Amino acid sequence: MNMLSEAAVEKALDKKMNEVAYKMIGKDVSVYYGEKRALFDVNLNVRENTVTALIGPSGCGKSTFLRTLNRMNDTIEGCRVTGKITLDTDDIYDKEIDVVELRARVGMVFQKPNPFPKSIYENIAYGPRIHGLARGKAEMDAIVEASLQRAGLWAEVKDRLHEGGTGLSGGQQQRLCIARAVAVSPEVILMDEPCSALDPIATAKVEELIHELRANYTIVIVTHSMQQAARVSQRTAMFHLGQLVEENDTDKMFTNPDDQRTQDYIMGRFG
Amino acid sequence: MVSSHILSAYDEELKYLRRRISEMGGLAEQMCGDAVRALVNSDSALAQKVISDDVILDHAEREIQDKAIVTIAKRQPVANDLREIIGTLRIAADLERVGDLGKNTAKRVIAVQGTGVPRKLARGLEHLSDLAAVQLKDVLDVYASRSAEKAEAIRARDEEIDAMYTSLFRELLTYMMEDPRNITTCTHLLFCAKNIERIGDHATNIAETIYYMTTGAVPEGERPKDDTANTVGAIAE
Repeated sequence: MNMLSEAAVEKALDKKMNEVAYKMIGKDVSVYYGEKRALFDVNLNVRENTVTALIGPSGCGKSTFLRTLNRMNDTIEGCRVTGKITLDTDDIYDKEIDVVELRARVGMVFQKPNPFPKSIYENIAYGPRIHGLARGKAEMDAIVEASLQRAGLWAEVKDRLHEGGTGLSGGQQQRLCIARAVAVSPEVILMDEPCSALDPIATAKVEELIHELRANYTIVIVTHSMQQAARVSQRTAMFHLGQLVEENDTDKMFTNPDDQRTQDYIMGRFG
Repeated sequence: MVSSHILSAYDEELKYLRRRISEMGGLAEQMCGDAVRALVNSDSALAQKVISDDVILDHAEREIQDKAIVTIAKRQPVANDLREIIGTLRIAADLERVGDLGKNTAKRVIAVQGTGVPRKLARGLEHLSDLAAVQLKDVLDVYASRSAEKAEAIRARDEEIDAMYTSLFRELLTYMMEDPRNITTCTHLLFCAKNIERIGDHATNIAETIYYMTTGAVPEGERPKDDTANTVGAIAE
């Protein structure tokens, strides 16, 4: 499971400790579904090599915001996004931007594990192949192995790479989807409630994985589980009624949040 | 007051802890008063009662601790709730110590019974103990009201107890110097005075804990002190 040694993770993180680098910057982001406004001028910066958790009650806009980060909202009829979102220095809503390339840089893992109805190997190889990341079988084999290693799945599936991905357990399928996201070498990984369909052990494995991935990737995770947000993230953003209520260090957020609404929500109180 | 939890059983658990702390506080307060009364009146029956009350207090602390741990395990409290429960644990420990100090004072009643307590010293001790009792009572009221300002005010008042203790220390020293036969009694009384002074410190700790529970911060600045007993008798250079 421990692909990267503890020391390597620490070292990678230490380097980042002293500076706050923003991987993605959201400025005055608003989203409309037809007439209905779902997000109101959200200003949220995503820190590099950091796990940022988005929390808030159902319908608060956290998933909507997540989906603006790799333009998943483009696929929804009548959806309109205003404001500006940059990845490094690139405006991702610029007309020049190739959405397919964007989604390779900003990968996504969904709530329900959704492996392709193909072999484990093909699930991983699909992305690198369409993006032309591997020359020849040897390189592709290396990418598949490295991705499965990163997702902590290699030991469990190395003898059955050509069996169907849908035959794995729910937790393994989700890690397969993470491996698939990692295979195209993204810079940012978005996760939309990645553990809500998993049991506690499978959840713990995915959380451990998120912790390790942080050394190499920037992660934004939407979760309904407050404890999960507290366990895996370094920064937490709280949404309510389409607005960003508070964004803070996770440690601060769960001991002494600044906003009363955050307090009521995380403590499970009536507003 | 803050709104209630969606899970009413969670509210019940927190309410239970609060009630138990108030009960512990009431008992600790009573024990301290009884201990000093037993001392100045040479009342060994009352002293015995204080000693047996301490068992109840110890038991209450353990019970609060168990309940708090179960609540943490079951509810995974955060923010205010988490500070509330951690604060409860700390306050229970402080109150348990207050009880021990009361008991220790009560235990000395028998030792000083032979000579009795000189009237003047008794008054000093009573005065000191009144100050500590007020601190303890007020801090328990603040626990009920959760006023951060009042908690800070109590913290500032500990100075008076310290000053009173120092003056009692000098007085006891004078008695001992006057007549070595006073030394046994006075040494015991010195410990009693120290016990009462410590009770004041625990009340101050509780005030700081309440401040933390309410605001999430630690009160700023050094706590005011006027305890110069440690320098009494030092030879000036």
